[in-house]
Amino acid sequence: MSFRATDLRVRYAGAASPALDGVSMSVPEGALYAILGPNGSGKSTLMRTLMGILRPESGGVWIEDRRVERWDRRELARAVGAVPQSEAMAFPLSVRELVAMGRYPHLGPLSAEGAQDREAVDRALDRCDVAHLRERPVTSLSGGEVQRVRIARALAQEPRSLVLDEPTASLDIRHEMAILGLLRQSADGGMTVLVITHHLDLAGRFADRLLLLDQGRVVSEGEPRDVLQADILSRVYGWPVAVDVNPITGAPRITPLNAGPPPPP
Amino acid sequence: MSRRGLATLLVLITVVAVATAIRFGAEPLTSRDVLAAFRGGGSAGARYIVLDFRLPRALLACLIGGGLALAGATFQALLRNPLAEPYILGISGGAAAGAVGVLALGWVTAASWTLPAAAFAGALLAILLVFSVAAAADRALDVRVLLLAGVVVGAFFSAVIALILSMSEARTVRGAVLWMMGSLAAADWQAVTMVAAYTVPAALVLLGLARSLNLLAIGEETASYLGTDVERVKLVAYGVASLITAAGVAVAGVIGFVGLIVPHGVRLLVGSDYRALLPLSFLAGAAFLTFADLLARVVLAPAEIPIGVVTAFVGVPLFLVLLRRSLTR
Repeated sequence: MSFRATDLRVRYAGAASPALDGVSMSVPEGALYAILGPNGSGKSTLMRTLMGILRPESGGVWIEDRRVERWDRRELARAVGAVPQSEAMAFPLSVRELVAMGRYPHLGPLSAEGAQDREAVDRALDRCDVAHLRERPVTSLSGGEVQRVRIARALAQEPRSLVLDEPTASLDIRHEMAILGLLRQSADGGMTVLVITHHLDLAGRFADRLLLLDQGRVVSEGEPRDVLQADILSRVYGWPVAVDVNPITGAPRITPLNAGPPPPP
Repeated sequence: MSRRGLATLLVLITVVAVATAIRFGAEPLTSRDVLAAFRGGGSAGARYIVLDFRLPRALLACLIGGGLALAGATFQALLRNPLAEPYILGISGGAAAGAVGVLALGWVTAASWTLPAAAFAGALLAILLVFSVAAAADRALDVRVLLLAGVVVGAFFSAVIALILSMSEARTVRGAVLWMMGSLAAADWQAVTMVAAYTVPAALVLLGLARSLNLLAIGEETASYLGTDVERVKLVAYGVASLITAAGVAVAGVIGFVGLIVPHGVRLLVGSDYRALLPLSFLAGAAFLTFADLLARVVLAPAEIPIGVVTAFVGVPLFLVLLRRSLTR
């Protein structure tokens, strides 16, 4: 599946400046595409707009050459698995119950889960290494475990694309690498994967293309070594960084420097 | 406990509750009198007590108890707040203001339907007020605004009630306070029909929304991503749960605790999946309120205790036991 956005302008009610200001982007089918940018730069807003739950003032979003508003929400949920940054866990659902919600878009209004649904849930639990937690209440899990369970729910949707907002934010290195490996593998298998992340090094190492946002605008877009430039990153993040090549992985290596903030632009 | 086991148990308990509520009361009747009344025999007095007093009253208790539990569970998902209960959005305040108004004006004696009609109108007014505020932004229901507007509208109606009561005679004040504590004493077949006309279709609609409510309990963004038309579901669920509450409060006054503790009790036993939680809460609420009303009628017979007192006296210890059990398991 491909995603395309042209000249998106999104403004929250009562906000002085737009959250997205003329963003255009294009994600080819089968790419692992990372969206980067400082806090408040519009990454999550871009995700919600791409998924059609925020309406832009101007511009448009196309998923597989169809405008996102023209997708039925259930049909979209069968095609794209999306996981927002955080969710309320007000009531103690079990891990299995939460992951099984990924099957809802596939079920008729009155039909129960079938064998195929149960297999999809089991596979998703295994792939995210949470099968041993299946009967535990979600409210009793650690932050990293909850994160893996939510990704498992998106996989249980058996979608053709994934859109994830900071999926590895609270994971330890083993599970972070496992999830990123899983996303890379999914993209290699033809799935389109969009990931919002703050891990510049890992984005550069795993993603095919990067989009760098700042204050609702696209600063640069392209292959990792073109986007991860020291001068651009220092300016956008307001902190001096050095970029070289990681001798072990061969990917760009970003090192935040100790010096004080750079002079104002 | 398995869901099927609990469902069977609750159906049994409800049947026993209704049978007991018909068998016992202020008037001493034997089981033979009751059975004879159902066959159309026995004395005319016993037939009246069984068929036109105790039976409609037990059915009304089932409908209102089940309806309140269902509405409470729905509001808990909709507001993502375990403290939500059917009256949280100001419905009780609006209904009570309407009821107290007609009591103070002395209109109640004119016709038996004025009190429920005024209470229902007050409840609808509160719903419309809260709803129009919460939907002001972009015609989307903002849950935080809904909660705030509900609490504030409720506070406003409390002030209206306080104003009316402060200017009323002692007898009116007593009548109003008793009404606000809830009672099923007004039960008759007309009341059963009226409450059933709201509760039965509303319950079916809510059961059909069970999966969507599961998703809304996690978050609206997630619910959208999993295929829910969030604004439509919120509107329907909020409207339907409010109407159930309004119909119940119009007939029986404000009955506290059922809508809060019954869904949580069921949650502690079978978890939070709304596909099980909703029907089981309806059954548990029906059985619970039927027993509570029986106690309200017989403990100090021929006087009646306000049913809200019984629901709290029985419900709180029961809930604390369930809570303790779930924590130590």
